[in-house]
Amino acid sequence: MNDQTELPASAAPAETSSALTVKIFGVGNAGIAMLGALNAAEFAAAQFAAINTDAGAFAACSAPVKIHLENKLLRGLGSGGDPERGRALAEEQFSTLKSACEGASVVFILAGLGGGAGSGISPVLAKAAREAGALALAFVTLPFGCEGNRREAQAQLGLEQLKSAADGVVSLPSQRVFKLIDENTGALETFRLIDGFLIEGVRGIWHLLTRPGLIQIHFADLRALLRDRHSESAFAFVEASGAGRSREVVENILSHPLLDEGRALSESDAVLVSLTAGTDLSMAEINRVMDQVKRQCSHAQIIMGAAVDAAMEDKLCVTVIAARQELPSPGMRPQTETRTAGPASSTREVVVARSPRMKKAGNKQVQTQLPLTIVSKGRFDKSEPTKHNGEDLDVPTFIRRGVSLN
Amino acid sequence: MFDDSNIIAGLEIGTSKICVVVGEQGPDGAVNIIGLGQARSRGVRKSEIIDPSQVEEDLRGAMFEAEQMADVEIRSVYLGVSGGHIRGFNNRGVHPVVSADREITPDDVEDVVKNAKAINLPAEDTVIHAVRQHFSVDGQDGVTNPVGMLGARLGVDMHVIHGNANRLQNAIRLVRATSLEVDDVVFNGIAASLALLNGEQKELGALVIDLGGGTTEYVVYSNGVMRHSGVLAVGGDHVSNDLAYGLKVPLSRAEKLKIEYGAAIISDAAKGQTISLTNELGLELKRINHEHLQRIMSLRLEEIFELIAQDLEHAGLTDYLRSGVVLCGGASRVPGLVKLAENVFQMNVSAGHACSVSGLTAALDQPEFAAGIGLVKFGSLKSRRREGRSFFPRGIKDMFGKLLQRS
Repeated sequence: MNDQTELPASAAPAETSSALTVKIFGVGNAGIAMLGALNAAEFAAAQFAAINTDAGAFAACSAPVKIHLENKLLRGLGSGGDPERGRALAEEQFSTLKSACEGASVVFILAGLGGGAGSGISPVLAKAAREAGALALAFVTLPFGCEGNRREAQAQLGLEQLKSAADGVVSLPSQRVFKLIDENTGALETFRLIDGFLIEGVRGIWHLLTRPGLIQIHFADLRALLRDRHSESAFAFVEASGAGRSREVVENILSHPLLDEGRALSESDAVLVSLTAGTDLSMAEINRVMDQVKRQCSHAQIIMGAAVDAAMEDKLCVTVIAARQELPSPGMRPQTETRTAGPASSTREVVVARSPRMKKAGNKQVQTQLPLTIVSKGRFDKSEPTKHNGEDLDVPTFIRRGVSLN
Repeated sequence: MFDDSNIIAGLEIGTSKICVVVGEQGPDGAVNIIGLGQARSRGVRKSEIIDPSQVEEDLRGAMFEAEQMADVEIRSVYLGVSGGHIRGFNNRGVHPVVSADREITPDDVEDVVKNAKAINLPAEDTVIHAVRQHFSVDGQDGVTNPVGMLGARLGVDMHVIHGNANRLQNAIRLVRATSLEVDDVVFNGIAASLALLNGEQKELGALVIDLGGGTTEYVVYSNGVMRHSGVLAVGGDHVSNDLAYGLKVPLSRAEKLKIEYGAAIISDAAKGQTISLTNELGLELKRINHEHLQRIMSLRLEEIFELIAQDLEHAGLTDYLRSGVVLCGGASRVPGLVKLAENVFQMNVSAGHACSVSGLTAALDQPEFAAGIGLVKFGSLKSRRREGRSFFPRGIKDMFGKLLQRS
């Protein structure tokens, strides 16, 4: 019972969906592909927009708004995999991006980091969205290990910038997906799966916001949870059916590779749990799942939503988004902020959650670092830095003063 | 032939070299430098020990050389310390004179000095020096000896130099490990100023800058007392490191280039010139722009002076340096440094010469031995004080008693 009082209903009431304007931006080729993979009918209330530097990718894109960032320097060749160019372009056309975000309550940014457009434009777009007053949530994929160091470094840098610009970032390192899929999956299929995983995250939040729920989550709750956190999130989706489904779901969550075998939960400070099941969803099951999740993340603010979807039959799906930010947040604030629709009203109608989905979906965050210090301190690298008024005196003077040697 | 008690040794564990200076104190108290030992230092960064066993090895080498040259056995040393953790500040103590006739007694003086030493230090810090400046009696400043004067309120200013106890302890322990005793711990900046300044300069006001390998120490004297001190953890090593980075050469090569071609001010002769680096067979490896080399050095050295100048400006001492600036330390050998310092400080600058002792001229003229010589000088002053105990009832060693015994 106790649990339930803490469980905000999963979906916002129906009217919120009309009050909420959601805009979904696909950035770069990967982002546009993800946009295409989103089930347009399901997201009918959202407004789609595609942003790219390369006009070619727009051809296959059905988004009603297409923003083509271009200037003479690119000669129509796109950003050429250089995030700096993407960023410079986006900053140049900041006002365009901002006006595109105007009026939205939530802006979803879908992108694949590592290339020029995704890594370069996304952070600027997130900033534009926030300046336009929207909650900016980014869903990004990180490149495969085999794509090379440069892309990896660019992706990490992009992620870092995105984290500081957006309210929340859900990232999916493609490399981790290997653990989740069959070895013989085709390359095309793999990419489609990765996009699918990421879309699960979008859909999870989307549902949370738009579907009327047994226990409802207001947009305000989500906003309070995410706003200004600049967090990076790990994300997992598990599904089970049958008699022991709640136990199985918990086990799967705690051993999920995208959650670092559950470690991501204990390190997170805000956790969003969304349960969906058929009409036979029992309060005891909700209780069992939430009990376990709560035990894992005792310091976290937990937002929970429950929904019932007749189409699910005897399946139980749980989506977990665990957000971590650099600063530890005060532990127990969550409960006061989350609201339950009717406290502990044990039998409420089930909300439609999601349609049955693939076995697992997930997103995992990586704690990123800037790849290198730009100026090496040579022999003083390891010694205690000499700071004077915030300046590191170990760095050569001519560099700090920007004296050019040519 | 010498009574050992007349032998005073100063040990400086520096970033680029470890040096031992041996002096002999004559019956009149004058000091004569009779030995010198040095070794390249390999276990020290920014004047702090990072590899004790390496330092110990180097230390034994330097000791051996000094003992050979002076033909004495060194049993104890005055240890010079430095490092970025060392700070100096001024503190004032006051004491009400309670006796009925308002005459200030030696007890009052003792009390006020005690008050001035009661300072709030970070828990891990310990006092290295507490140097008395002037007394004030009822607001009348500049009293040097208040005993016998009349007054209601006695005040005293102290300059306190403190540093991290553990790091100081590291150096002390290391010296002890070589079965040497540590007579006292002395801040290198004070040691250098003891060696370089005469009474007149202290009276007029002078700034001593010891540009070492890893750190730069500076001390300000005015009206005959120490007014200010500080350490910048930037030194000659940084110059080499900047060169290595800017010219893209190995550190050892940068070190050589610094010594051979370096200058503190870009010389006209260097403009547009290149230096070609050759390997041992005389084949050209690389060409380096001479002007760039000097510009990198000049910027770094200028910055060091500017930081010191800012600090003095902040402390309000710039106008008290009527005798100007005295430079010492290995890095002060850089050609043009005096001129650069003149440009920054806008006052008279000279290269230091150890004037307060006699002996080996080879040692006295080297700017890098100033601190070592000063340590010997410090020792001689102290032992002289110990003999004539009249005014200083408690030796400085008592101040350090705790520090020395703790190891």
